Amino acid sequence: MNLEIFENGAWLPFVFAFLIGLSMLLYAILDGYDLGVGLLSKSVDSDERDRMIASIGPFWDANETWLVLGVGLLLVAFPPAHGIVLTSLYLPVTLMIVALVFRGVSFDFRKKVAPEAQHKWNLVFFWSSLCITLTQGYMVGRFMIGFQSGLIAELFSVFFGMLVVSGYALMGSCWLIMKAEGDLQKKAIKWARNSILLMTLGAVLSSAVAPFVDTRIYDRMFSFPEVTLLIAMPLISMILTLFMLFILKALPLEGDRLSWMPFAISISIFVLGFLGLVYSFYPYIIPGQLKIVDASAAPESLLVILIGTGIVLPFMIGYTTLAYWIFRGKAEDLSYD
Amino acid sequence: MDEFLLSRIQFAANITFHILFPTITISLGWLLLYFKWRYSRSKDYQWMELYFYFTKVFALTFSLGVVTGVTMSFQFGTNWPGYMNTVGNIAGPLLAYEILTAFFLEATFLGVMLYGFRRVPAWFHSLATFLVAAGTTLSAFWILALDSWMQTPAGHVMIDGVAHAESWWDIVFSPSMPYRLFHTLLGSGLTVAFLAAGLLSYRYLKGDKRPAVRTGLATCVVAAAFLAPVQAFVGDMHGINTRDYQPAKLAAMEALWDSEDGAPLVLFALPDEEARENKFEIAIPKLGSLIITRDPNGHVQGLNEFEGEHPRVSPVFWSFRIMVGTGMIMIAVSAVGAYLIWKKREWPKLYLQILLAMTFSGWVGTVSGWYVTEIGRQPWLVYGILKTKDAVADLPPEHVALTLTGYLVTYVLLFIAYIGSLFYLARKEAATESKTPAVS
Ligand code: HDD
Ligand code: HEM
Ligand code: HEM
Repeated sequence: MNLEIFENGAWLPFVFAFLIGLSMLLYAILDGYDLGVGLLSKSVDSDERDRMIASIGPFWDANETWLVLGVGLLLVAFPPAHGIVLTSLYLPVTLMIVALVFRGVSFDFRKKVAPEAQHKWNLVFFWSSLCITLTQGYMVGRFMIGFQSGLIAELFSVFFGMLVVSGYALMGSCWLIMKAEGDLQKKAIKWARNSILLMTLGAVLSSAVAPFVDTRIYDRMFSFPEVTLLIAMPLISMILTLFMLFILKALPLEGDRLSWMPFAISISIFVLGFLGLVYSFYPYIIPGQLKIVDASAAPESLLVILIGTGIVLPFMIGYTTLAYWIFRGKAEDLSYD
Repeated sequence: MDEFLLSRIQFAANITFHILFPTITISLGWLLLYFKWRYSRSKDYQWMELYFYFTKVFALTFSLGVVTGVTMSFQFGTNWPGYMNTVGNIAGPLLAYEILTAFFLEATFLGVMLYGFRRVPAWFHSLATFLVAAGTTLSAFWILALDSWMQTPAGHVMIDGVAHAESWWDIVFSPSMPYRLFHTLLGSGLTVAFLAAGLLSYRYLKGDKRPAVRTGLATCVVAAAFLAPVQAFVGDMHGINTRDYQPAKLAAMEALWDSEDGAPLVLFALPDEEARENKFEIAIPKLGSLIITRDPNGHVQGLNEFEGEHPRVSPVFWSFRIMVGTGMIMIAVSAVGAYLIWKKREWPKLYLQILLAMTFSGWVGTVSGWYVTEIGRQPWLVYGILKTKDAVADLPPEHVALTLTGYLVTYVLLFIAYIGSLFYLARKEAATESKTPAVS
């Protein structure tokens, strides 16, 4: 690598690592809730399913674009890292893509095909949501342990997949608590309670396995002063979880007060978990293999992207907010007119 | 088969399937806006009927465009890491700008456009429709800028085998970019004109003769009658550009082996790669030089000047003929249609059947055109800079074979479902004999 170039733009790779992290976090939260709704769409009647899907219909496409951005930025800023990640995870990535394809089209097909075939597309919608979520969790697991292989590594990744399934299901149910009313809302409250319990279990299991897979994580966890931080994180998560259970018990309240609260708490739990995850491998872009500093593209190209991002970002925030405002309130039936 | 060939087939399959849908949505967005505009001026409800009907087609097509596009964004990393390692400094920003300026815009406003009809004021809904159309066109702009740069690189310097940007203006507007952009956008316009005309003919033939169907048919036929000749003209200029920048590709398109003054135009031939000659050639003397150099005795370079550095001849030669043939048929059919409209004749059944048969003719033209462009660039991935074989990932061939099979099965299923749904929607629409807005 050309050191001279790095002198001038040494800060750029870190900015891009931050932006990639931000895109991935936003992706996990945003597509998380709509995938979660997909996970819950199996055992409901068709009227409820329509309402559930109506609540995410206007948003899912933009939500998924955060994944495109995250992967795109990884590609442009850290080409070697992108190559390593995607070739190491070649098969699960492809599985996820195929599932994304099926899920994306089922939004439309489930209403546009002949009535006899509609229930097939509803099944496609559910199974593809599940498959996407599982593969994503599995891949994050593999990524965290630097793509090691072996039984324990696989076990860890599968646990992590289950953790993500329950996490997305939690986001989805909290979204529905906010967006639905009546019976569906009551069901969503029950789903939220179940998912948060499942999520706690998944978190405990994968944390228990983690130290055996990767001594690096272990070392990091138990060295001073990091240990204080690492105790603080689960502690805050635990408090949030208890708070969530408490709120769920109280809901629904008169006049639908506080129905947004569980969603807000679930986002906080996600952000915390994500920070913990990032902390476990920073300053590496690929745990144990590649550091942020030795993996970047030419600064002048990164700068061009950064300038574009700076100009476009305010607009993006503006119109995204606008879209959520337009579709505020309880979900109605979807129709094009 | 090795991973190189498999990866190439996989990439080609993915991008071929992707382009089918954007090529429709790019122009269909503008057509929808046109329908809304006509309605707001005339308050004639038939324009809204057209709008609602084609919105369904748009939504379906868009979702396929998005999901196949997401697939594309992974392809570079999964199968072609050498690509980003060499030209990532150029390709990266162009791809990033496409995502930042176009994808978020269209994805967000698509929601408003499809589901916000009753939630926002009419003007805002039209604005959302406009932004979706503009977004799709903008993504075409960026991706074509990148593809054109790969065809005719400019505005960069090579340092230690890696491309670095020097002038972004020259990179974005590389020599073949304006031609490729216009030709592709016109191709999209033609694809939509024939798709919409075909679906409306189908409804008409099913007995649905309400004003909206007639008006829609006339709109599409007239649009095609304008676009088709312009497309041939722009295509010809595009060919001249290819002569100047990629002579080996042009020689393959024309299947000319030896350099010649006064080269013929080969109409039919079976190019033989081994013997380096054409079998069963039928050619018109001098016409080749006339078209390519604007002079019947002009000098045209043949393939033998580029031995080992030119693409396989047959696929390029034949794709080119299929595209131009499609263009010629489009010109003829739309001219007849325009004549019928001018004479105020009732649509003859035969004519409607021809339109129905041509529903997907735009796809044939578009895909064969891209094959000319992309196969014609081989063995280069980035012309003169990076060979395709130097970019491929070192993956186990059986993994690539597995994923390729997965993609192909998926695509066949979706293709059938898509086309089935288009005609199902048309039948359903034809069956609702009312003027009330149809519910999705
Ligand atoms: C409906 C679609 C359609 C139709 C009817 C035509 N084309 Fe086309 N053609 C395309 C759609 C297209 C395309 C898909 O948009 C391509 C691929 C890349 C590009 O720039 O445009 C293309 C490429 C392409 C190229 C390759 C340029 C290169 O890459 O070097 C040439 C020379 C032409 N076209 C010329 C023509 C001519 C003379 C036509 C006469 C009627 C014609 N095309 C009709
Ligand atoms: C959308 C219309 C397009 C179609 C139908 C298309 C089709 C194809 C085909 C058939 C090949 C294989 C050529 C061969 O190996 O002989 C190919 C190669 C390739 N194209 Fe395109 N292409 C399109 C646009 C693009 C664009 C916009 C880009 C870049 C941004 C691109 C990048 C590539 C790359 C990287 C390869 C090399 C891999 C390979 O050789 O298979 N293509 N394309
Ligand atoms: C000339 C070739 C191409 C054209 C004209 C084109 C154009 C478009 C358009 C207009 C869309 C919007 C969705 C739609 O209208 O269906 C789209 C979607 C997409 N395209 Fe392409 N594209 C091309 C090739 C590629 C390539 C090579 C990539 C890979 C980097 C790519 C990545 C994507 C992605 C990720 C989406 C989804 C965006 C979303 O979520 O809204 N496209 N493309």
